[in-house]
Amino acid sequence: MQLTLFWFFSLLMIGFGAGVVVLRNPVACALSLVASFLALAALFVTLDAYFIAIIQVLVTAGAVMVLFLFIIMLLNLKAEERRRVKLSAMLGGGLIVGCFLELLSSTLSTSPLFSQPLPPLTEPVHSDVAMIGLTLFHSFNLPFQVIGVLLLVATIGVVLLSRQTLK
Amino acid sequence: MDDFSNFISHFFSPAAWTFLKTLGERLMSPIGFLIWTTFLKSTILLGIILGLVSYTVYAERRVSALIQDRLGPNRVGWQGLLQPIADAAKLLLKENFTPKNANYFYFRLAPKLVMIPPILVLGVLPFGSSLFGVQMTIASINVGAIYVLAISSISVYGIVLAGWASNSKYPFLGGIRSTSQMISYELSLALSIVPIFMVVGSLNLNTIVQYQVEQGWMIAPFWPQGMNWHALLHPAAAWQAIAAGMSLRHLLLWIPLIISFFIFFVSMFAETNRLPFDLPEAEQELIGGYHTEYSSMGFALFFLGEYTAMISGAGVITTLFLGGWSLPFIPDGSHGWVWGLINIGAFFAKIIALLFVFIWVRWTLPRFRYDQLMKLGWYFFFELAIVNIFLTALILTYVK
Repeated sequence: MQLTLFWFFSLLMIGFGAGVVVLRNPVACALSLVASFLALAALFVTLDAYFIAIIQVLVTAGAVMVLFLFIIMLLNLKAEERRRVKLSAMLGGGLIVGCFLELLSSTLSTSPLFSQPLPPLTEPVHSDVAMIGLTLFHSFNLPFQVIGVLLLVATIGVVLLSRQTLK
Repeated sequence: MDDFSNFISHFFSPAAWTFLKTLGERLMSPIGFLIWTTFLKSTILLGIILGLVSYTVYAERRVSALIQDRLGPNRVGWQGLLQPIADAAKLLLKENFTPKNANYFYFRLAPKLVMIPPILVLGVLPFGSSLFGVQMTIASINVGAIYVLAISSISVYGIVLAGWASNSKYPFLGGIRSTSQMISYELSLALSIVPIFMVVGSLNLNTIVQYQVEQGWMIAPFWPQGMNWHALLHPAAAWQAIAAGMSLRHLLLWIPLIISFFIFFVSMFAETNRLPFDLPEAEQELIGGYHTEYSSMGFALFFLGEYTAMISGAGVITTLFLGGWSLPFIPDGSHGWVWGLINIGAFFAKIIALLFVFIWVRWTLPRFRYDQLMKLGWYFFFELAIVNIFLTALILTYVK
């Protein structure tokens, strides 16, 4: 069951991921990316990682991509739609992707790390949300706080930049 | 029981009987039981909600008529109660028109995307305690509360797509307005309920409701466990229970919880595009906003989607702040199926009361101007929600 779901959502994700590249309409590309993210969230759910799945939907699909779509719609890009597909560029891209896939599969199949089965998961003590909270605030407290400060600095920077009036 | 099944088996051929027996065993195995109860629950809940949607539309028209001193629809059936059926027939029979320059695929996809998210939200709401030992939640997941937020954050896509795919000015403006409005209010919506998670210590909506059963509803947390069936017969005990609930901690926690209720409630109006925040479809400015170009069922789906969003929004407010299915003095479903049914009834009664408030507000308050709407979201609610979180943390840490 889990394997079936894995293949289903993986194929869905790769399909929509290809749509991002293949489709010519920018809005359609952005929507394909959203659908791809949703399929990724479904993959997390099959791994029992509900929190990560929901955050994936909430942050990337719900916030980041809405802003992307907003900008794309406002710019109303027509140039991209008119662009013709070049055969040589397509062949070159296909070649590079093929080489990369070949390299990846050969590495994964020969590496001893991936041939042995992983130990089974231990039954969690808390729910996954509590586990993430404990990990963030116990094991990685300082890096977590530092990232918080970094984000705050970025926010203040954005506010400062956007408040500047053009002279 | 064996005699009975032996008796029944005479009415079937042996092959059919073994098939029925294995089917019965499959259905009563844990996974089979889960599947068919979930299926049954989803079907019944969806049926109730869709019925409620069509009668909310009717209620909207009748209540608005009441407020404006008119009669409203009262011709079809007794007091116009069959009006939703007439409306549905009218909408189905109209021409489903697609404008020439619209992007056909996305133009047709958009109404469906508006309808799906509010229905998905219903999946995690505990709409009753339990009935015959089955928990009345379709999916009781550990992250229920943020699941609700995540789903409501993707509900904007339908509106944006409708605005863009129509290839027309007013819908486009509606779509743009909707995007910025939803992004602004999602923040305060999410931040405003953080105090609840801090007080309860869980994101599971069932746990949150259970906490409210034991400690009192979030908007009035003064009902400890003492307020049960027996307290009704012994008023002195009830008073004692209330006095026990009036601790300093509870009283202080009441302040942030009321604030978060207020922010969440108002933000919900913005999330569901209802007046006073219905800028995306402001009739006087944008004709119909994002659904200007739609007719027939396309329009109907937008319309129904808005009302379904209202209902699931009211359901979320009920679950988080108004005690979900719980009522004081009423035991839960484990004491008998009658109580289970009463719990479900209580949940829907609270939703209907909230829907009335939604309608009441729509026909009472004027619309905000767009900059006022943005200022309210970013300058007031956002800050207030963050301060509220700190306030809750302080109370939880220092007042025992």
